[in-house]
Amino acid sequence: MDAHVAQLQMQYRNYILSLYQQGFLDDQFTELKSLQDDGSPDFVAEVLSLFFDDCVKLVGNMARALDQTGTVDFCQVGANVHQLKGSSSSVGAKRVKGLCINFKELCEAKNYEGCVRCLQQVDVEYKTLKAKLQDMFNLEKQIVQAGGIVPQVDIN
Amino acid sequence: MVVCEMETDHQNEEMDVENLSSMWPEHVGGAQPHNQFNVEKPAGDSDTLKEVDIAEKRTMADLKRLPELMNTTDQGSSQLTNLVKQWEYMQDHAVRLLREELKILTKQREEAEAKELKIIEEHNFETEEPENVPVLDESSDLLRRFKEKKRDALVGRKRIEIDEEFDTVAYWKQKALSMEKMLEASTERERRLIEKLEESLKTMESHSAPVEELTQNLKRAEGFLHFILQNAPIVMGHQDKDLRYLFIYNKFPTLREHDILGKTDVEIFHGGGVKESEDFKREVLEKGKASKREITFETDLFGSKTFLIYVEPVYNKAREKIGINYMGMEVTDQVIKREKMAKLREDNAVRKAMESELTKTIHITEETMRAKQMLATMSHEIRSPLSGVVGMAEILSTTKLDKEQRQLLNVMISSGDLVLQLINDILDLSKVESGNVFRFLILLCGHVSRFLCCCFLGVMKLEATKFRPREVVKHVLQTAAASLKKDLTLEGNIADEVPILVVGDVLRIRQILTNLISNAIKFTHQGKVGIKLKVIPEPSFASDNALNADAEEQNGLAETSVWIRCDVYDTGIGIPENALPCLFKKYMQASADHARKYGGTGLGLAICKQLVELMGGQLTVTSTVNLGSTFTFILPYKVATSNDHSDDQDEFSDMVDHQPEPDDTTEGYFQFKPLLGSIYSNGGPVVGNNFLPHKVMLTSPLKLINGFVDNTGQSEAVQVENGGYMDEARNETRSGHCPESAHQYENGNGQCPSKESESCSSSQASSEMESELTVSSPREDVKTENEVKETSKQPKILLVEDNKINIMVAKSMMKQLGYTFDIANNGVEAINAVKCSCYDLVLMDVCMPVLDGLKATRLIRSYEESGNWDAAVEAGVDIKTLEDKQMCMRSTNRLPIIAMTANTLAESSEECYANGMDSFISKPVTLQKLKECLQQYLH
Repeated sequence: MDAHVAQLQMQYRNYILSLYQQGFLDDQFTELKSLQDDGSPDFVAEVLSLFFDDCVKLVGNMARALDQTGTVDFCQVGANVHQLKGSSSSVGAKRVKGLCINFKELCEAKNYEGCVRCLQQVDVEYKTLKAKLQDMFNLEKQIVQAGGIVPQVDIN
Repeated sequence: MVVCEMETDHQNEEMDVENLSSMWPEHVGGAQPHNQFNVEKPAGDSDTLKEVDIAEKRTMADLKRLPELMNTTDQGSSQLTNLVKQWEYMQDHAVRLLREELKILTKQREEAEAKELKIIEEHNFETEEPENVPVLDESSDLLRRFKEKKRDALVGRKRIEIDEEFDTVAYWKQKALSMEKMLEASTERERRLIEKLEESLKTMESHSAPVEELTQNLKRAEGFLHFILQNAPIVMGHQDKDLRYLFIYNKFPTLREHDILGKTDVEIFHGGGVKESEDFKREVLEKGKASKREITFETDLFGSKTFLIYVEPVYNKAREKIGINYMGMEVTDQVIKREKMAKLREDNAVRKAMESELTKTIHITEETMRAKQMLATMSHEIRSPLSGVVGMAEILSTTKLDKEQRQLLNVMISSGDLVLQLINDILDLSKVESGNVFRFLILLCGHVSRFLCCCFLGVMKLEATKFRPREVVKHVLQTAAASLKKDLTLEGNIADEVPILVVGDVLRIRQILTNLISNAIKFTHQGKVGIKLKVIPEPSFASDNALNADAEEQNGLAETSVWIRCDVYDTGIGIPENALPCLFKKYMQASADHARKYGGTGLGLAICKQLVELMGGQLTVTSTVNLGSTFTFILPYKVATSNDHSDDQDEFSDMVDHQPEPDDTTEGYFQFKPLLGSIYSNGGPVVGNNFLPHKVMLTSPLKLINGFVDNTGQSEAVQVENGGYMDEARNETRSGHCPESAHQYENGNGQCPSKESESCSSSQASSEMESELTVSSPREDVKTENEVKETSKQPKILLVEDNKINIMVAKSMMKQLGYTFDIANNGVEAINAVKCSCYDLVLMDVCMPVLDGLKATRLIRSYEESGNWDAAVEAGVDIKTLEDKQMCMRSTNRLPIIAMTANTLAESSEECYANGMDSFISKPVTLQKLKECLQQYLH
């Protein structure tokens, strides 16, 4: 049993490290994790689910805005991108944030093609991240179920 | 003979008439002195002729259409009258010519008749003179031959038949009679001829063929000319050698011909250009070469007009110059257009130049922006791993280490701190100005560690912090010794009168010292390098130093000022005297050889000098070649009492030796040997080294961990002086609910004392400290969060943020820090919140819908100044009516507003400051940043 826990913990550690290494997450995610304590044991999960809800909403908004047959309201798209950028920055979703920075520039340049491309990338990216984090939470759950504690992963 | 002549003349006359059409122009040319056109003159004739020729040449192309045009256009018909007139003149002329001829002929005939009469008389007298016969015979032969010929041609053959015998009277009589008959016949013929001639003259007048042809030619030529010139803005003229007009053609005359003819230009008009044209004509006349020129006239007569003038000299048949032909075309509009075009082209060129200049500027600006961005990113990239290094080193310092290891670690940590501090300065975008970026980048490529911050000199603010000069000197030497690869002795000598604690910008002073020492080491191969500190009287140049006053104000303490002279000396190669003046210039080294041999950017000394001057001091150098150099800088410092500093957490607490001996802070002499062997020895009576932690950088990702190692007996005074102690106390307390912190503590040294043991071992110090904290240092949030909650009123914080995830994260952080806050989702909500309740701090997002943070801050500031919300109402903010007037009591105080920026260029810190914000936190907000900020602004 202990061996199983240790294995899971190792797996978890490696998985988290890979998420950092692959640039899905950055320090802010660590920050987020550090904010989770006994008082709010599901803080990270709560914030992230809020974040992904936000993603669905904002991406939907932008898709609608960019789908207009007439003139595209780049201001509206820009406002949504800004929101997403702020959110992704706060949760440490590094790749999404990076895309948002580009997206915002394209939006300011009123580059329709670029915006559409970027939106697609954002869509793919946040979904990928969501899946990855889902896996992470599953691992955490498994560790807890196996009677272990979720290890602190020091990314430095 | 006479008859013969006469008849030949007649024949010629006839022939002339026949050939009239082709001969006509020459005649016209040669015989028009009486012509009534007053414009006529000899030279004009050749022109006319030429133009006629041209017209005829063009007949093929033009004349078919010309009559048509002549008949269909007004111009054409208006000319017909002129043509008729001219034709009449020519007819008259022809008749006159013929009449003259006739006169001559008549005269000749009369002469011939007189002669004949004489001959007959002679014959009558000398008929019998034989010697005359041959003559007569001869003449009669000639006569006969001629007469026969004439008779054959004109009258037919008539033979004189003489029946009488030769040389008889009858014969002569008969001959005389027959000759008389012949004479009569001849006279009769002559008379008939004259009649015929007269008849022919008469018919000639009515004979229209050649005249008509001529007329038509003329008509064509003239018609062509007039058709062409009708509305052409052309003036043509001929002037004689004295430039007097003999002929002028001007379609739109302002003067009549008699006003012009016989006069020169200058006699006719006055004004600009007249003289020029006259001179030009004269020039052409003199040079004998046709030429063109554009002349602008400015005359009363026809205003301002530009003419393109063509002038050619005119010669007579003897190739003598007799005048000029002149043709002017008005090109005023064209000239105006051309000038406009030129101006346009010029404007265009200027605009293009400006555009390219602008593009360049934009390019540079873009580059600058990029550089700025890159710099921010780069600094961040450097800072992150560096804070890791420093943090780790700090953790390491809490483990069990021997003395030597600890000393090395101390150097490492304090160097790391220095770099971190410098990078933090850089990261503060407000300090990054375009010009400096490039300088910075240049530097960064070269001497990253040494001169990292120097480039920001121009925009750097001086910090006033308390520090111990002895520590600084010692540490600089220690650092230098750590990397020393030469057999040099490094020594420090501080005079006793130098205060233990002074106030100044320790970071810069350390930088200067480090620079000078590394410079000295670089140029010294044996012997020693050292720093000497002593107090000097105030130098003359500093009596009215403004910086002094500033420093005093900043400090807010009325301490006494002290001037300290710092000598950095070496026994190196020295500097030749002639190289001294350029020593402090940027990018200069004493000589090119030195530059090659020793490398370096040559910026170090220039930066040192600037730094020293910035702080109100002076940097000088004395040197002897091969003996060494001494760099001396004198700076003013404030003297801080040693009690003041114990609670100052912002203090740059440099490494200090905590020795059991009472002179640990006053020790005046250090010596370091190179770290070639196993150890560098501390010169003084040092027994043990105590390590006190360094202030961890604001942005360190690690929790603030302060090791506190007590290897040897530790004096209480030292503990009190150490600001880090309080940090530790806090962390210690917090570690209970901060697992990460606890975790790190587990790695700590076993000897690390607990708070309890600490307070036990130095209870006196602790109590002293506690009292200071609460009384003399209200700014410091030295108590644990729990304590804050318990002992002081919970500060009211307003978070203005539209992103709910950000709010959630911030909420969690605030909870960790033990604060609660109100939330506003945009600027308008923020204003209403500020209006309705008193806040101690506002955290303001910059980019928000409805009303952004910058505007909201401006409006709040405007309210603070004016006491009313008019500006906000004006800006369209829906202000709720104020319910509780007492709530705005605080309005007289400035509400601290902290911006939360995404650190993009659009949300620059300059803009935050410009809009009245007090500080800013870069996003994403971390616990550490938030904590720092709250500590600073919540009293």
